This record gives sequence, structure tokens and C-alpha cells, in this order.
Amino acid sequence: MRKVAIYGKGGIGKSTTTQNTVAGLSEMGKKVMVVGCDPKADSTRLLLGGLAQRSVLDTLREEGEDVELDDIRTEGFCESLCVESGGPEPGVGCAGRGIITSINLLEQLGAYDKDENLDYVFYDVLGDVVCGGFAMPIRDGKAEEIYIVCSGEMMAMYAANNICKGILKFAESGNVRLGGLICNSRKVDNEKEMIQEFAKRLGTQMIHFVPRDNDVQRAEINRKTVIEWNPECGQASEYRQLAQSINENDQFVIPKPLKIPELESLLLEYGLFN
Amino acid sequence: MSEQIKTEATSLPDPTQVREIMLEPYPAKTKRKRAKQVLVNDPETPPKIGANSRTVPGIITQRGCTYAGCRGVVMGPVYDLLQIVHGPVGCGFYAWLSRRNLARPDTGESNFLQYCMNTDMQEEQIVFGGEKKLKQAIQEAYDIFKPKAIAILSTCPVGLIGDDIHSVAREMKKKLGINIIGFSCEGYKGVSQSAGHHIANNEVFKHIIGQDDTADTAKYTINILGEYNIGGDAWEIDALLKKCGIHVTATLSGDVNYGQLARCHTAMLNTVMCHRSINYIAEMMEKKFGIPWIKINFLGAESTAKSLRKIAQYFGDPELQTRVEEVIATEMTALQPVRDEVAAKHRGKKVALFVGGSRAHHYQDLFEDIGMKVVSAGYEFAHRDDYEGRHVLPTIKIDADSRNIEELHVEADPERYTPRISAERRTELVKEGLSFSEYEGMMAQMKKDTLVIDDISHYEIEKLIEIYKPDLVCSGIKDKFVIEKMGVPCKQLHSYDYGGPYASFSGAANFYREVDRMLSTKIWKFVVPPWEKEPQLEANFVHNVRIKDTKKETKKAA
Repeated sequence: MRKVAIYGKGGIGKSTTTQNTVAGLSEMGKKVMVVGCDPKADSTRLLLGGLAQRSVLDTLREEGEDVELDDIRTEGFCESLCVESGGPEPGVGCAGRGIITSINLLEQLGAYDKDENLDYVFYDVLGDVVCGGFAMPIRDGKAEEIYIVCSGEMMAMYAANNICKGILKFAESGNVRLGGLICNSRKVDNEKEMIQEFAKRLGTQMIHFVPRDNDVQRAEINRKTVIEWNPECGQASEYRQLAQSINENDQFVIPKPLKIPELESLLLEYGLFN
Repeated sequence: MSEQIKTEATSLPDPTQVREIMLEPYPAKTKRKRAKQVLVNDPETPPKIGANSRTVPGIITQRGCTYAGCRGVVMGPVYDLLQIVHGPVGCGFYAWLSRRNLARPDTGESNFLQYCMNTDMQEEQIVFGGEKKLKQAIQEAYDIFKPKAIAILSTCPVGLIGDDIHSVAREMKKKLGINIIGFSCEGYKGVSQSAGHHIANNEVFKHIIGQDDTADTAKYTINILGEYNIGGDAWEIDALLKKCGIHVTATLSGDVNYGQLARCHTAMLNTVMCHRSINYIAEMMEKKFGIPWIKINFLGAESTAKSLRKIAQYFGDPELQTRVEEVIATEMTALQPVRDEVAAKHRGKKVALFVGGSRAHHYQDLFEDIGMKVVSAGYEFAHRDDYEGRHVLPTIKIDADSRNIEELHVEADPERYTPRISAERRTELVKEGLSFSEYEGMMAQMKKDTLVIDDISHYEIEKLIEIYKPDLVCSGIKDKFVIEKMGVPCKQLHSYDYGGPYASFSGAANFYREVDRMLSTKIWKFVVPPWEKEPQLEANFVHNVRIKDTKKETKKAA
């Protein structure tokens, strides 16, 4: 079983990219479980055709200790398995601790057991590596390969660099590795070349360049992944390619985060003054 | 080593050499720090001490946390204030009657001291927030007990997850119509329990003091600040003052009720026992209400007499002064036989005190009464002013840890500010030798060449016992048994073990007898620790050695 976590700046399209990729992998016949690690519990909406999922933490709160795997795991598109960790409403409690609790519960309930025959588990993690709780998927071998979704926008690259610092910290004590950057295009000038160079300097690769296409929005409004909504469209094959690249990926590295001036000079070189 | 530095059996070791021995094994950085906290005293010009600084990890400190200072020390003794600890059950449990604060409520009054109330925060509250459960707890407590007021005390996780206890307090106050006060006294704040005292002072001043303007009718009213009625001390002081004709409006916070706190701003004088834990309230009450404060100490016969005289001098009534002199004479006469008896047996014996933020100073007076010699003393959590005197206050550097604790800005109350004595009278009294808002600190009273040790480490205590061979050590529960295992009796001055009261003349008699009991017993001579009977594995401290960079090596190997 490959354990994958998707990180990236807030709003960059982590959940959309994750679900579309999972759809691609599932279509290939892979058995995939998606664990949403966002308190908003909206990481599996496209696979499930709407917000149909009761989160692990809500279930735990309502049912007490008597929770079964089927109470918190629902089958989505192409037999993908969907779990939402859930968490508190904004401004109260500790969402990070919630993620720790729910991953522990999933383990206890046997969600990762051999007889589940999982090929992949995907963690879709909120925003940046903000505290111990959000780093949970990359701690203790919960996730072993990380993909960072980014674009050619400065703050997205800045966040990606920061996440690399988090990975570096845990890579030294565990076996987590960076699998690559997924560029979710924002139509920034020279975006592809810049992210390729950025990836190179981080010591990794740009695993796929996902072009910007309004079909993604169209699919989302229909609560579907692009592959389910229109299997024939160009964007669907982009996601299939991304799924294929991840499936074939063998380049797993400990990233070398950039110093801030180096990151800025990269932006200057490729972006702003051309 | 200890034998070499002693010249004769009777004389004390050279403190400079002892200091060097104590500091010798520390790594450079620790040594630099501890060197500022282990000092040879000079009462004329007390050296600057590095007090109220962060504890060096690993020294095995005696200190407690901010929550302990707020809940345990200052708020704990208020008997009819219902106190709910917001947090997991462990910290809640340890708020339960652990400090022997006694109370004698009047008939019909509530007494919550024997209760331990806690929100029992669990994983669910950590993840989703604990405010809802806290509200439920307040409602439940109110329904069952109908208290006059409720206090909410935060433990560490509350601050980490950001529960807003103050908004809960406001909401429930409105709903229930009683005063509800939140204390953000999370344990991790500050460098010791001292931060908790300050937080407690702030909230009590903001939300309780001044809520009720009903004044006591007695002619002479005072408050006693920083007296927590351990083992019944406050009762002895109350009784003594009553004999003199002085009425105590409120003791903060030993055997005190909410109502007394709410109207203690009506008193004519504030007297301060424990300067460290409560000087903030004394200062703020003077600014807001015009009540001056003086430092007193009711531990020790001589200092009790001195304190009574100070209070009488303040009021300036010859009749009161005469009565005070009569009471002192009677009490001293009654005390003399036991004082003489104990002094005759134990005069010249050596004692060391490492406790509190005032206690290590106050109890020296009791030992002085019976001629015992203080060879070393230090506080756990005091600040420089408690060592060197309040005159150093303007020179104390405010560090980030202190800035973390709110400093209230207080102004004179437009209606209720009334200076209790005129400026002329105050000047007159100062000329007569009565000092206001003044504490000269512990070092000014300690003999030259005694050792002053702040936040003493486990190692330093062991060395001290080895070298000085004190007859008695006064300390707290954390090191009590270590000291006794070394064959030296240890008197706990946090909770008095099982004894007390020790305040006032009557309490002094108890203390002398307790000292006599502890020093006369032969039990300590029978203690033979196992390492003296059979060979033990020995090891040495190794320091300043670079630990191998295992990470790099693993990488290389990979």
C-alpha cells in the first residue's frame, strides 16, 4: 500500500486535484482510500457526489466508543473509499488534535489492514504544515510520499517551500519523502518552466503540469470529478496522466528547501521581468 | 573536600569556597546562570541576585506552575467562592485541599474548601473546544450549590486550544446573576508560580474588591494581605489583634469569604505578610482607594511585637498603643518559659531555609527568637525585590516572561478614593520611622557571609547538607524526603506537614516545641542509607562533551 499525502497552500486546489487523481487511479483499477484532513470535511465531495459523509470526529462524538468502519467510510466513484476526519467549527478547539484522533481511530478500526487490499491511501491536508496535528499524516509513517500542489504564484511557491521544510524535519527521523510538485496552473507567465526549475532546486520533479480549464469548475458544480463528469474531455486525460505518473513514480527524495532570497530570485528570473 | 574547607569543628565553612564547590560541576552556561543565583550575602550592600529567571532544566527545581500559584496559593483559601478548574482531571485533583488552608465559616455560610470541582476535559473538548462543557459545569454547580460567586481557573490545554473562559464568565454571569470570574492562569505562563499570584491579584482586584461599599463599624480596621491560614495561622493573628482592639476586615486570602473580599477596600490600613504573592493588590488598592500599606510579619515573637507596634503607631492612638504594649507584655511573659527552654537546648544550632517567596525570610525570625543560626536561605519563586528590597524595583529588567503577565493600569477611583491619612501625618510617621510601601528584603536581615541561593538545585542542596551539616532544613514536599534520607530533619513550610499554627505568640510556642521535637529525636542517627552498608555503583557527571552527531552518521551510512 502506498501512503500519499497532498499538501499545498490554501485554495490552491488540493482537494480538487486529489479527488481527480484518485478518480484516475480508481479507473485504472486501483483500490484507493481518501482521508480528508480538513475540519470543513469537504475533501471527498466530488467522489461522493455531494457532502454525504459523516465525519470521524462527529461520529465519535455522537456514537461514543462504539464506532465501526462502515459508520465513517463511504464508497465513492469507482469504488474509491472516502473518509472525512472533520473537526471543530472555526475558532474553537484544536483541529490538529482532531486529525490525530481520527487517524488513530482509523488504524484501530483496521482501515489500513492487509485484508482491505488497499493500493493507495491519500491524505488531503489543510493548508500549510501549521502545527503538530496537521503534520500528523507525515509523522510516524502515516504518509510516506508527499505531493505538493502549487502554481507559479509567489505565495504558492513560498508555501511549497515551507512544506518542504516540514518534510525535511520528518524525513530525517522517518521515512517520508517528497514525490514531486503538481503544478496546478494559474496561467502565470513561464509557469511550467519556473516550477520545473523550482522543483529541480528542491531536488525533486514537477510530476505533472495541470493546465487551467473551466471544465474543472463545470464538473465541480455537478459535484463530480472531471473523469466522471466528462470522461472524454481534455482535462480528464490530464488527470489520468497525473494518476499514471504518480503510479509509475519512483523518485522519492528528501527535499532541499530554498532560502528566501533564492526563492525570490527564481521568481525574478522566470516571472516578473520577462 | 568538605573537610578541607573547615578550619575548626565549630566555625562555619568559608561561603565563597562552598559557592565554588556548588558551581564547579556545572556546564559553562548553567554555571554562568547559577552563579547569579548563588551568592555570599552582605547585608549592608546586598549583591544583585538573578531571581525570577527561567529554571535551568535538569536542576530538579522546587518550583510550581502558574496554575499552582493562582489556584493553589491565592484563590484556594477563599472558602465560599466556588472554584471550577477548567481542564483535565489531573490538575483538577491536585487543587484539592493540598495546602491545609483552614476555614471556619459562620453558620449558614457555604464552605467549598473540601470540594474539588473540575470540568474533566477530555479529548472531545480538546478537539471541539471546552466552552460548552464549562458552561454546563457552571450551571450544574450553580444549581446544586447556589454560590455567591464562581471562579473559573484555566489549566494548560485551555490556553493551547483557545477556549475563551472570559466570555463564558460574562455570559453565565448575565444568565445566573452572580459574579463569575475567569482566571487565565495556564500553568505554562511565567517562570514559576509567581506569575499565577500576579494573575490572581489582577482578577481579584478587577472583579471582586470594591463590589460592596459596606464598611465595618470597628474603630481600627485593617486587612492582612498574603496570609493564607495554613494550619490556622490567620486565626492566631486575628485573636491577637482582637485583644488589642484591632479589627481585621479581610485576610487575603486565609479563612476569607467572598463578601469580605468585596468590601476589603473599606479598611483603614493594608498590612502585608507575604510580599511576593500579594504586593500587587496592596499597590493597586493604594492607588485606587487611598489605603496605604506597611510590611509586617507575625512569625516570631519579636517580629510579632514589632508588627503590632507598627500598626498601633499608624493609628496613633495612645490608648491603642498602651493596650498593644500590655498585650505584648502579657504574651511575651507567657511565651518566655518555653522560649527559654528551647533556646537553652538548641541555641547556636544551624538551620537552612529554601521555601516560598517570603517564607524563607519570615521563619528566620522564629529561629532568631531561640538563638538558632541561619546559615543559608533562598526562595523558590521570589523576585529581586524580595531579596534585595523594594528600592531595586526601578532597576529590575522586565523580561519577556514577565511581560507575558498583564500589568493593570490603575487610577484613583473618582468617588471612592480617600487617603486614609493626610500627607502631613504620613510625613510625620515616616519621620518617626514607620515606612510605607517598603520591604527591605531578606538579604538585609541575613548575616554577613551567609549563603543566599535562589531556586536551589537538588545538587546544591546535597552539597549544602554535606558541607554545613545543618541541624534542620526548612523546605517543601518536593525535597523533604531527600533531605531526611541524608539524616537531617526537614520541616515543610508549605503545609507545615501536620502541624501549626505557628503565627503570633501562641503559634511561636508551637513552633519552638516543634523544632525541639525534631532536633531532640534520635531517629536521624539510626538512619543508615543502603549505600553506607554495601558498595554501590558509582558514576561521574560528564559535561561539555560533544554528543556524537548520530544524524549525520546515519546519513553517511545511507
